[in-house]
Amino acid sequence: MSYLKKDIIPPSAGSRRQRIWCGFLGDKLATLALAVFIFYCIIALFAPLLAPYNINSLNFMDLNNAEIAPSWISGDPRFLLGTDAQGRDLLSVILYGTRLSLTIGICAVLIQATLGICIGLTAGYLGGRVDNFLMRCADVQLSFPTMMVAIVFLAIFQALFGIELYQQLAMLMLILVIGLAEWPIFARTVRASVLAEKQKEYVDAARIMGISTKRIMFKHILPNTLSPVLIIFTVQIASAIATEAALSFLGLGMPSSDPSLGSLISAGFSYMFSGSWWICILPSIALIVLILVMNLLGDWLRGYLNPRTYRD
Amino acid sequence: MLTFLFRRLIQAFFVMITISVISFAIQGKLGDPVQQMVGTTVSPAERAHLRQELGLNESFTVQYWHFLKNAAHGNFGISYYYKKPVLDLIFERMPATLELAFCAIILVALFATPFGIYAAIRPRSILSRLIMAFSTLGLSVPIFIVAIFLVYVFSIQLHIAPSFGRGHTIDVFGIWKSGLFTKSGLHHLMLPSITLAFALMPIFIRLIRSEMMEVLHSEYIRFAWSKGLSTNRIYFVHALKNTMLPVITIGGIQAGTLIAYTILTETIFQWPGMGFLFIDAVSRVDTPLISAYLMVVGGIFVTTNTVVDLIYGLVNPTVKLENHGL
Amino acid sequence: MNLLTVNNLNVSFHIKGIELAALIDVSFTLNRGERIAIVGESGAGKSILGLSIVNLLDKPGYIKSGSVKLENKELSKMNTRQLQEIRGKRIAMIFQDPMMTLNPVLTIGAQLVEAIRSHTRISFKDARNIAIEKLHSVQIASPERRFDQYPHELSGGMRQRVIIASVLLLNPDIIIADEPTTALDVTIQAEIIQLLLDVCHDNSMALILISHDLGVVSRVAERTLVMYAGRIVEEAPTLELINDPQHPYTQGLLNALPQMSLPGQRLNQIQGNMPALNDRPSGCAFHPRCPYATQKCRSEQPNFIYNGISSVSCFLVEDMLEEENSEEDSLDIEYATFHDEGQL
Repeated sequence: MSYLKKDIIPPSAGSRRQRIWCGFLGDKLATLALAVFIFYCIIALFAPLLAPYNINSLNFMDLNNAEIAPSWISGDPRFLLGTDAQGRDLLSVILYGTRLSLTIGICAVLIQATLGICIGLTAGYLGGRVDNFLMRCADVQLSFPTMMVAIVFLAIFQALFGIELYQQLAMLMLILVIGLAEWPIFARTVRASVLAEKQKEYVDAARIMGISTKRIMFKHILPNTLSPVLIIFTVQIASAIATEAALSFLGLGMPSSDPSLGSLISAGFSYMFSGSWWICILPSIALIVLILVMNLLGDWLRGYLNPRTYRD
Repeated sequence: MLTFLFRRLIQAFFVMITISVISFAIQGKLGDPVQQMVGTTVSPAERAHLRQELGLNESFTVQYWHFLKNAAHGNFGISYYYKKPVLDLIFERMPATLELAFCAIILVALFATPFGIYAAIRPRSILSRLIMAFSTLGLSVPIFIVAIFLVYVFSIQLHIAPSFGRGHTIDVFGIWKSGLFTKSGLHHLMLPSITLAFALMPIFIRLIRSEMMEVLHSEYIRFAWSKGLSTNRIYFVHALKNTMLPVITIGGIQAGTLIAYTILTETIFQWPGMGFLFIDAVSRVDTPLISAYLMVVGGIFVTTNTVVDLIYGLVNPTVKLENHGL
Repeated sequence: MNLLTVNNLNVSFHIKGIELAALIDVSFTLNRGERIAIVGESGAGKSILGLSIVNLLDKPGYIKSGSVKLENKELSKMNTRQLQEIRGKRIAMIFQDPMMTLNPVLTIGAQLVEAIRSHTRISFKDARNIAIEKLHSVQIASPERRFDQYPHELSGGMRQRVIIASVLLLNPDIIIADEPTTALDVTIQAEIIQLLLDVCHDNSMALILISHDLGVVSRVAERTLVMYAGRIVEEAPTLELINDPQHPYTQGLLNALPQMSLPGQRLNQIQGNMPALNDRPSGCAFHPRCPYATQKCRSEQPNFIYNGISSVSCFLVEDMLEEENSEEDSLDIEYATFHDEGQL
């Protein structure tokens, strides 16, 4: 019913940013999700200030305090959320873990976005053979699922460097592998919007006025492709965090001495059977809420801005 | 159609070459084979001799050629840890993985299809909202947390299902160790297959729903309504057939995701399959095993993708023979 | 008795709590075997009118009030099952783009046979024979071969023929054809229109042709309704409508035809655009584009008036008619006075 939609959709009133903002406050779930996300960001930023214990201090790990239940069960006021198997305060580790997970997620997606946007712009704007080649690459890359690629490459690196060295480099490796794996999603979306924008008159006008190609791309076309990119950005952060957690859970990610949420869960898993459920469950909850919030934000943005996003 | 077929095969071929180069590089670069074979007690001269004999002084391409020739004969070397030919090890574990994947796929097909269709036909009903909420939640809960939850509830609290291992197996045709025919085998299969199905379910529910909704808004469905066809015929003949074609293709492309998730699931439940073997090999730096796993799984992956694409091309009368990726 | 009676039909769309009217107080009738046309620019509500007759509106759209009667059955209140009895069997539809109208994964034959078998208990073989006979009647060569082919193996014109054949299968009383030739080549357009005419004539079916092409309309329809912004603004026999358009919008439409302009001259377009559903102007919706608009047009909705030939909803025509009447009146008076004087 294309002819219907055309008639019904009201002409855009006010700036795009304003619209997003107004729509946001109208949707309770979206507002809640945003609030929780900001809460997570604050935690991540100020983890060292908020954490009751300094995780780098020598007496942070104390086996005498191992596996103390959360304070509402054990009544021990020193550890609000209890301690893990090595006697570390769970609240502090979770705060730092969140910081790490979020950092890895955002950095990885930044790499994806930078790569994807540049490639997408180039492919869409230049067209022809370059476009063809770049999109073929994107197809092949996308046909390998990130998890599989990441597992394989991290496994190889781990075998190559040895565990010790690898653990020092883990964060960098995770960011790189996750970052390099999913650029095609950005590239396709940006390319599609560029192709749509390119046909509009202002681009021709700019070209006739003698503005350079690069300038047209970054100053004129890019801003118009931003709303789909914003959506993908949000959803991709969620998936990057989930991937990182899964890799860490497999022992291919962050080491338990410098844990992300995933490695905390992994370390806690074996203590499920001995009854110390909190070591595993509490970081799991932190992780699920974080990913859920990002997905909700992405879903809401998608529904609200409703541009075409090209994932498959 | 022929060019389409040809292009697919060429592409599959190149991907296989890339995978084999990576596998070869792992075997050649990781650890010193001589060291692994003879230990530290042998003199440098003897080592050099052995290197010569093993062809390790040859150029990269010659060594790679040898590697390919051996691979073609099914010879991927001996596992450092198990001291057995790696291919035998992998084939020994393969039934476990395939049975797990098979059960998960059945579960997904059984639940995702009706849920997705229902959510597309009645997008505003409460059940559809629940289904969609579930699938958003499912996308957000990492599979290993689902596994932890299942283990906690069904193994630790309720003692209904075992949380690790494969239970009793019986030989089928002498080569296939199956857990599908014993009570304990099926018992052990429960949690892992549910976990794996959980990982794929949200993707498929959303996929089926969005494809179905798009089809339902198409002009030919409206024409079908205008012909006065029954509701069932429109939903299940006109719409479903058009929905399932892209779902099968995109579903086929999820084969890689399935492989990745089997690794996770097997690790969590200590399921004696290929994925578990692989993660073990990684932690033991058992390079022949790692490289053989990559070749085998890469082969399975490329084959499924190519076959699914070809089937799609054959089944769909209007197939637009455009680039779909691999 | 009229075959089809549409009375004060109102169709609206509910979007995000806002109600947008797509059709307002649409009324018309159709007799058995009659061919009428509905014309207007895109967005006037022509297609929605066509769809709402058999209640095929998509989700946010619904019939708000009014009635659609087929003989004496009220269609707008029927449930899906009852409507399925009517659709295809009594009222059949043809849509704009033959490329999109046939299901790409089902064979031509399957799509023809299912239409018959969903309305009558009949064996597949008999249904197949009917289908092949109908394919033959729309001048498709070797129908047996076409029967097993998929839509994509046929050309656009061929597919539209198949669609016409599928519409004929159950001998409906009314065919609603929504822009049946817009997506086709010009040469094929003429063939399809001729076929449609022949088919209606041979089977004495009534036709509602929805089109923006006045050339096609003048060939096919006996009576024409002109729609603007969800309302019917003029209704007249096609010949009268074309020779003597009353409503300024109809005049504009006719003037915009290429043959009304001299070579090298600009086409006489109507200035401006059809208003969107959500900002319909007050009063007569056409007033912003109307060269004769007065203050009254901006504030009030004109009523329908019948001048003996056509019905028009326009203050201009109303005023002119009143003037004529009053002129006649004054003549009468003069005459009367004269007469009186004579008597004196």
